Amino acid sequence: MPLEIPLLTLEARATPSVSAAWLSPLLALTLTAITGAAIFLIMGKSPGIALYIYFIEPLTSWSGLSEVLVKAGPLILIGVGLSIGFRAGIWNIGAEGQFIAGALLGSAPAIFFYESANPLILPLMMLLGILGGMGWAAIPAFLKTRFNANEILVSLMLVYVAELLLIHLVQGPWRNPQGWGFPGTRMFPDAALLPVLFAGYRIHLGTIIAIVVPLLVWFALAKTPFGFQIKVFGSAPLAARHAGIGEKRMIWVTLMIGGGLAGLAGVIEASSTIGQLVPKISPGYGFTAIIVAFLGRLHPVGALLAGIAIAVTYIGGEGAQISAGLPKAVTGLFQGIILFYLLAFDLLTRYRLTRITISKSAT
Amino acid sequence: MIPALLELRGIQKIFPGCIANDNIDLTIAPGEIHALLGENGAGKSTLVKMIYGVLRPDQGEILWRGESAQIDNPASARALGIGMVFQHFSLFESMTTLENIALALPAQNLDLLRAQLEKTANEYGLKLHPDRYVYDLSMGERQRIEIVRCLLQDPKLLILDEPTSVLTPQESDVLFETLRKLVAEGRSILYISHKLEEVRALCGQATILRGGKRVDHCVPAEETAQSLAEKMIGRRVEPIQDRETSILNEKRLVVSNLSKRSDELHGTDIQDVTFTVHAGEILGIAGIAGNGQTELMAALTGETGPPQSGSIEIENQDATAMAPMDRRQLGAVFVPEERIGQAAVSNLSLIQNSFLTSGKRMGFASAGIIDWSAVGAYTGHILDRFDVRATGRDALASSLSGGNLQKFIVGREILQAPQLIIVSQPTWGVDAGAAAAIHEQIQELVANGAGALVISQDLDEIFSLCDRIAVISQGSLSTPRPAAEITTEAVGLLMGASNHASGDSLANA
Amino acid sequence: MTELIIASIMTIMTAATPLIFAATGELICEKSGVLNLGVEGMMLIGAVFGFAAVTVTGAPMLGVFAGALAGIFASLIFGFLTLSLLSNQVATGLALTIFGTGLSALFGLEYVGKTIEQIEPIYIPLLTDLPIVGRILFGHDPLIYLAIGILGLTAWFLRRTRAGMILRAVGDSDYSAHAIGYPVIAIRYAAVAFGGAMAGLGGAYLSLAYTPLWAENMSAGRGWIALALVVFASWRPSRVLLGAILFGGITILQLNAQAAGFGIPASYMSMLPYIATIVVLVLISRDSARIRLNAPACLGRAFRAER
Repeated sequence: MPLEIPLLTLEARATPSVSAAWLSPLLALTLTAITGAAIFLIMGKSPGIALYIYFIEPLTSWSGLSEVLVKAGPLILIGVGLSIGFRAGIWNIGAEGQFIAGALLGSAPAIFFYESANPLILPLMMLLGILGGMGWAAIPAFLKTRFNANEILVSLMLVYVAELLLIHLVQGPWRNPQGWGFPGTRMFPDAALLPVLFAGYRIHLGTIIAIVVPLLVWFALAKTPFGFQIKVFGSAPLAARHAGIGEKRMIWVTLMIGGGLAGLAGVIEASSTIGQLVPKISPGYGFTAIIVAFLGRLHPVGALLAGIAIAVTYIGGEGAQISAGLPKAVTGLFQGIILFYLLAFDLLTRYRLTRITISKSAT
Repeated sequence: MIPALLELRGIQKIFPGCIANDNIDLTIAPGEIHALLGENGAGKSTLVKMIYGVLRPDQGEILWRGESAQIDNPASARALGIGMVFQHFSLFESMTTLENIALALPAQNLDLLRAQLEKTANEYGLKLHPDRYVYDLSMGERQRIEIVRCLLQDPKLLILDEPTSVLTPQESDVLFETLRKLVAEGRSILYISHKLEEVRALCGQATILRGGKRVDHCVPAEETAQSLAEKMIGRRVEPIQDRETSILNEKRLVVSNLSKRSDELHGTDIQDVTFTVHAGEILGIAGIAGNGQTELMAALTGETGPPQSGSIEIENQDATAMAPMDRRQLGAVFVPEERIGQAAVSNLSLIQNSFLTSGKRMGFASAGIIDWSAVGAYTGHILDRFDVRATGRDALASSLSGGNLQKFIVGREILQAPQLIIVSQPTWGVDAGAAAAIHEQIQELVANGAGALVISQDLDEIFSLCDRIAVISQGSLSTPRPAAEITTEAVGLLMGASNHASGDSLANA
Repeated sequence: MTELIIASIMTIMTAATPLIFAATGELICEKSGVLNLGVEGMMLIGAVFGFAAVTVTGAPMLGVFAGALAGIFASLIFGFLTLSLLSNQVATGLALTIFGTGLSALFGLEYVGKTIEQIEPIYIPLLTDLPIVGRILFGHDPLIYLAIGILGLTAWFLRRTRAGMILRAVGDSDYSAHAIGYPVIAIRYAAVAFGGAMAGLGGAYLSLAYTPLWAENMSAGRGWIALALVVFASWRPSRVLLGAILFGGITILQLNAQAAGFGIPASYMSMLPYIATIVVLVLISRDSARIRLNAPACLGRAFRAER
């Protein structure tokens, strides 16, 4: 008499499920919230109130929204750049370093021409910021194409180098002589600051840039041959090569875009919310942007939405620190959890759960 | 009455979307070489995987020596006395022959194993060096490791899945000797092959599968290759027509003294290759996989960079240093041997895969923006003209069967109206119907004035399709000869030729 | 002068030890075909849980054990996602690092500023008293001996045992190993867990012996350097020791140079280990033939068996 054993198994899908593509980020966020509630309980805080402060409260006021969008800016810009690279299988983990490099090079005019009122100084800074980020990303690009060195490790090592370079410059040669010993450069002149859009709120021109860029990139990816090439290169490098898509070109272009956008984000941050260079100009944007890229399913508009979502947790985290006594470290933990859940549910886009029965004949 | 060695009753295996094996019966007696015949996709591999314990049947019984057997995994199969040599070897390239064999056997002292290995190899005429690394070995040598692995476990039944597909005719003869020795000792062989003449010469019994069902049983020696093929396909097979050939003087492809180093760690370097493909002609390059075909293809597409020396002329233009897309602009199209991963991308749709090679030549992105609706129309055209079975233009390449995907790929290239088509292993792993369709399309293209280069391991295909034939062996090419002037034996010899021994024979064959 | 050299050698060994632990673990993990980029995160988890255990119980060895255990748990999250749910190994490894950084920062908040007793170096009468070689050979803290011992065992395991041979086979060709009948996924889980234990040990060493304190992000990139070390070692245990000592040496050298007032700004000196990692990576990677020969062929690829 044969035994029938029911089994849940994975079956590859013929077409990737579109609904699952939307579902997995939403599921990931929901489960993170539930896990968060459990963590809050363990910490002795009321889960409902804590969840509200983290996820809802930032969206309930104009100032909250303004803060969220300001925080989202760098995350979106870097996230879009990373998405392009990740799609192509180029793992630029050093966006944090490119962010800093862009801030450094881009801030140079503001620091050296600290009394200038020239309107050209701001565009110059933006350009230098992009170039700075691109230059920093050129190092892993060169080492990978020429020497086959792993870009993950090279770009990551350069993050530490960039951080140390920033500390050195800001506390040494670039230190503000009128700073009363506080570490930091001179304050940027007004002409070197990104204009604020609405009086009373911190939202600035850079945020607009951060919203326009994903839309431009979306168009390029869907409609241009270059965008197609990135898709192919990330899926099947040998097919890309056969189709005439050069691997070296792909590596350079994707790293330059990622670095350039991160560098732009860096100089925008320095010339807007901070207004100078200080030893720590990033709360880990370059790494959080990795999560933004994945949460947005490596799609530029996805990165836009995901950047806003993650920014909400940042602002919520700051609020929670003040009103609920929850440490800022919880935000970092949340980000890791979101990514875990996301990767877990990603499976559902490629596979389907089906029930099968196995027959085992008894001896 | 002696019970059969192996008996399958009513074996059933269902995969999502297809019934791989439907109520199969099979009986093998001791001391018998039993052939398992069928087209690609008929269910042969699935069936033997269940005998060997890699898969488990959904229904049915397996009887070993008259007693019901539960074969849950390869280890239990081996314990019963069943050994199997897969078509794709389960070898570990970075490890030695001795280690590879040790891994397939229960734990034991390596020195004892080494002695046993040498004894067994000599006994059956299979030369092996225990300390050589597998990446250094030829296909024939690797197969010997697989066979010795089985023999060391004293199998009563040895299953071989397409064993001669990687061997020269001469190496195959050595294999047959080994098999006959085994059978003389009372062991049995289950032999999967699509080489019908071989089956007729070697096998005493044959079971034929078609579409997952067992459709016939016969004695191969009492059949002809044609009658066996008809049983496999299920309809009358037309004898190969003599084609009208009109070869023009125009040269589509001229390759002169081409030498290129392989970029694979253990690949084959191309050395001093020279040939010409004329308009209206199909030139065939025969050879066993691993003799430089991949490298030659890569040199012709330009995807691994320019050659060390020599030249390539496409349509009388020097293409030696050109990138793949530029060569396509000249009028050349390519169908490489890897369907998935090189010719097509599995997780992209058919529309996207169409754009992959045709984008520039067909002008689908003239203003820098891709006109996806035009690409879609092109894709629809391919699906219609080449009878590609797919759920639609948006279906993923991975959802197509091997034959349908190959038809799509060939169609994608042919519909670009090329002057030159270069294909490698065009019908490998493709069912007979699709293979015939592909052959017809190539012939039609050539009849309209294009030139074709066909690189293939399948001698039947080469002889039925090509006007002139050359043989590639260890990176060198023999002088192309008209198909009518060359015999299968001569080609077989050339395929096994080595550079050192017979530089003359390559030139004089 | 001799005292300075002896002291330098002693500190170089302490700087090398966390790298030895982490790199050995990652080496076994990669040998089975799994690329786990979460080493940094696992080290931090090992550091904070080890430190917490010692603060609570006062027993240093318990702290070491706790660190290893915490590393195993962290690695199993990664293992579950990549081996059973088939997620992308690079992304999941990054996720583990981000998660580990965040979790350790949160959990460690109440341990910042606390002090514990540092693990003491061993003392063997007569042997340790030998001039010069006494302390160099017999005067390290017990964990250093543990690290080198495990490294040696790993080398022996890979080359001389059947289990090690099977592990290498799984990393060479998972499909072939599966076809022969080996439980590929189970073997990989074990390799991942070992990697987690070792990374956890490396982290615990940092917070218990190297500097007996906890600080957020205290591994400062050592997990990433360990990953580079595995490549540098061409996946061979003997070279892991060489590489770890080299890096330990650079770290100590630049610290000493800073202290000696060399004239080069401190920040630049601190960059040395990271720049050295890049240089070493480049030198090894340019020999692509060697990489292809030694790198496990399945590295980073998901495996799914058909039933």
